[in-house]
Amino acid sequence: MFRRLDAPVVQAAGRTVRVIVDGVALECREGDSVAAALFAAGVQACRDTAVSGAARGPFCMMGVCYDCLVRIDGRPNQQACMTPVRDGMTVQRQLGAREVAV
Amino acid sequence: MGNASTPSQHPTFDVAVVGGGLVGSAVAYGLRGSVSSIAVLDEGDVALRASRGNFGLVWLQSKGYGMGAYSRWTLGSVRLWPQLAAKLLAETGIDVALEQKGGLTPLMGDYEIEARLAWVNKLMSQPGVEPYEWKLLDHHQAASLVPGLGPDVTGAIWTPHDGIVNPLKLLRAFHVAFSQSDVRYLPHHGVTAITQLSDGDFVLDTPKGSVRARKIVLAAGLRNGELGRMVGTHLPMAPQRGQILVLERTRRLLDTPMVTLRQNDEGSWLVGDSQEDAGYADHVTTLPILATLADRAVRTLPALREVRAVRAWSALRVRAQDGFPVYEQSASHPGAFLVTCHSGVTLAATHAMTLAPMIAAGALAPELDTFSTRRFHVQKT
Repeated sequence: MFRRLDAPVVQAAGRTVRVIVDGVALECREGDSVAAALFAAGVQACRDTAVSGAARGPFCMMGVCYDCLVRIDGRPNQQACMTPVRDGMTVQRQLGAREVAV
Repeated sequence: MGNASTPSQHPTFDVAVVGGGLVGSAVAYGLRGSVSSIAVLDEGDVALRASRGNFGLVWLQSKGYGMGAYSRWTLGSVRLWPQLAAKLLAETGIDVALEQKGGLTPLMGDYEIEARLAWVNKLMSQPGVEPYEWKLLDHHQAASLVPGLGPDVTGAIWTPHDGIVNPLKLLRAFHVAFSQSDVRYLPHHGVTAITQLSDGDFVLDTPKGSVRARKIVLAAGLRNGELGRMVGTHLPMAPQRGQILVLERTRRLLDTPMVTLRQNDEGSWLVGDSQEDAGYADHVTTLPILATLADRAVRTLPALREVRAVRAWSALRVRAQDGFPVYEQSASHPGAFLVTCHSGVTLAATHAMTLAPMIAAGALAPELDTFSTRRFHVQKT
């Protein structure tokens, strides 16, 4: 499990941002990436893979591994580790490969 | 040239296949059962590796313009493909994801339609072509096969024979079959010299020592020109570069592949079919080509505008000077066979099931005479 090293400081000082993760409100810290916010909330897996459906979560946290893909505000395959949280943002776990709307 | 006295660490093989890509692998796969010992000699990662860079079509409709026999030969392979796929699955457990549901050449505008129609009619009327079903579809007919087809695609050539496979799984399946059936795969064995001994055996020199075999099959892709010279054969090669753009995986949408656009069994999209004369420069991709590929892909299927490009690469098509396959037993070095073609995926089935038994028996059938290098022996004026 991940937890914030500086949790007491954050609780005292940081402004909170509220996002909706799979329909549930989640309070996170302004400046967090979506991936960091998910980890801080105890969410380990944010998607199921396109081929085998295996669970995956953020891995590299720096934009190269593409294991943290989530649906953000309806857009599929967004990199959670490269996207800062924003008030009112909706984040959805991505099940399998993204769809193409035709 | 060869140093025939170098001691070999291997026994004498019945057949040594030079080239571990799809062409050499298909032949070696098909030789099993007919000959008792087989070696497959491959280069290392420096090899040009058309087998890893290709588009993976099992494709008939564009083949044979200028050589009717090539169309017939391709049709034969397309018909054998279900057997090859089933055999590989049973032997190795690897499903190579063969789908033969028909395929399209998308056409944009009257000019492309008329030019392609004339081209196909001429192809089909050549001697040696075995007639097969094909149609020119209008936009609505094509759209019934391709959900979301763009309005710019005003027509398409369709045949029921065209399809796709996963070429990486195919290569893997061949190699798994080798490890299960005593085919010796020898990487880092790029051949530097070939010597035929007085008893007819061949000695292949490589950086890892020599390999001795009663017969050899040269299936070394673009290196076949150079290797062919070592067995007295003149095979002029003319590499042709293709660039491929890969889009991220999506749910399966496209069941009818196109020559320029396909979706893989695992969801990713390949955009391709560029053709450039760029020598051996397979290490670069170029923006004008990739932009053209992307533009044509989104005109074909506008929904792809929202789908991210994740990779691009160049690879070299293995082409003899005239673009047609070469099958030949060397006249000066009997027992040495040359196999060269651009469509190593499409022809894999016939290479395994038709060509390999001929090589095992020691003679190519007369139907393959058309494919010998004698066609390059024209007097210069």
